[in-house]
Amino acid sequence: MRHDLGLQVDRIRCDGHGLCAELVPELIRLDDWGYPILTDSVIPRPLVEHAQRAVDACPVLALGLRRWRTTDPASRGRRS
Amino acid sequence: MTEPRLLDGKPSHLGAEGYREHVARLGHMTQHGRALLESVERSGLTGRGGAGFLVGRKWRAASKRPGGVVTVVANGAEGEPRSQKDSLLMATRPHLVLDGAVATADALRAREVVLYIGEKHLAARQAMGRALAERAEQKRLAMRVVLAPDRYVAGESGAALHSVADGVALPTSAPALPALVHNVETLAQVAMVGRRGRHTGTVLVTVAGAVRRPGVLELDASATVQDAIAGAGGAAVEPRAVLLGGYFGTWLDCHRAFGLHLDPAALKEAGLSLGCGVIGLLACSRCAVCETAGIMRYLSAESAAQCGPCFFGLRALADACTRVATTGSNVADLTRLQRWATEVRGRGGCKHPDGVVLFLLSALTTFSTEFANHPAHGERQSA
Repeated sequence: MRHDLGLQVDRIRCDGHGLCAELVPELIRLDDWGYPILTDSVIPRPLVEHAQRAVDACPVLALGLRRWRTTDPASRGRRS
Repeated sequence: MTEPRLLDGKPSHLGAEGYREHVARLGHMTQHGRALLESVERSGLTGRGGAGFLVGRKWRAASKRPGGVVTVVANGAEGEPRSQKDSLLMATRPHLVLDGAVATADALRAREVVLYIGEKHLAARQAMGRALAERAEQKRLAMRVVLAPDRYVAGESGAALHSVADGVALPTSAPALPALVHNVETLAQVAMVGRRGRHTGTVLVTVAGAVRRPGVLELDASATVQDAIAGAGGAAVEPRAVLLGGYFGTWLDCHRAFGLHLDPAALKEAGLSLGCGVIGLLACSRCAVCETAGIMRYLSAESAAQCGPCFFGLRALADACTRVATTGSNVADLTRLQRWATEVRGRGGCKHPDGVVLFLLSALTTFSTEFANHPAHGERQSA
């Protein structure tokens, strides 16, 4: 079975280029300073491809996909 | 017979307890290795650096990591400006901290102990250095001192590891070392558990602000905030609020704060934390908004400037607070403060922005009247 996926960003790497929010506005919006705010939920299946495109487009390789573990509440807020 | 405490023995102004005095007072540790791990688990000891995590659980998880633990870091950076309890503990009871650090390394089969001490804590550095020289473990366990720069984030556990491994005291997204970081008070309690099978049931707090005798106290966990304030000579003037847990802590109205017990578990249940152990009393005569703005400016400047949301967000929050303080209340800034605080939370590489936001939101709640009606009187004082 395929795992549910979520988004994660390495905050230290991220320079706020903002491409990700252009590519998947459904999942990522930018704050007032141009840094991404990720939706804290599973990526709906139809958007996975777009999310992957955003990950690939990140110029500093800060954005990534991660396995979404719904059973582990501790992993929910982390690095989201 | 009364239960021994961390700071029993000679008064703190007489300086460090030497190795002989230390052994005469407390004897040697009787539990080591696996037995100690089990005792620590049973004791329910929680970390005293701020996060309040169960020590036994941390040890168990670390021992299961592939490759185990190589380094045990005794975190005595104490970058919190008002806190003195860690530096006092190191300066007066260095062997208790060393006992705990060595026993932790022993139980987890680590090869090295690093004493990570704030560079400005001169008495602590001297005492810990002397204590190291007095001990025999040096021969079988590598032990060294690493100085923490005088920065707020230097004490964050990721920053501590980064500093120990690479000399850069900044938080990092890549784990720098197979290491375990414990606050020095936590390690002193481990040393107690290794003697008696239980911790002392006391907490070290620094009482600061509008009290008659600010300073460090060792109190039973069953004591209340009011007891802590009484122990520090009582309120010097009429108090307005209590800051519980230092700059990453929570502002509380006196009537709510005074009755709270210092017990970490009880505080957690109330959604609070003793944090780094600072209990600050704000006088009625001081302006809560200006006070908050001053601390916000300090905390935003202490961002490691590695993550955009923290670097830009905290600065914007501090600026908005300062505008309310200098030019008076306005709806736009109060709205922005709420929105930015919510947006910035959880979006740093370390917990710095989260701690600052917790502090700010508690100020906006506890001082809601002051924030809503602040006149454009300029700043009367800064933190």
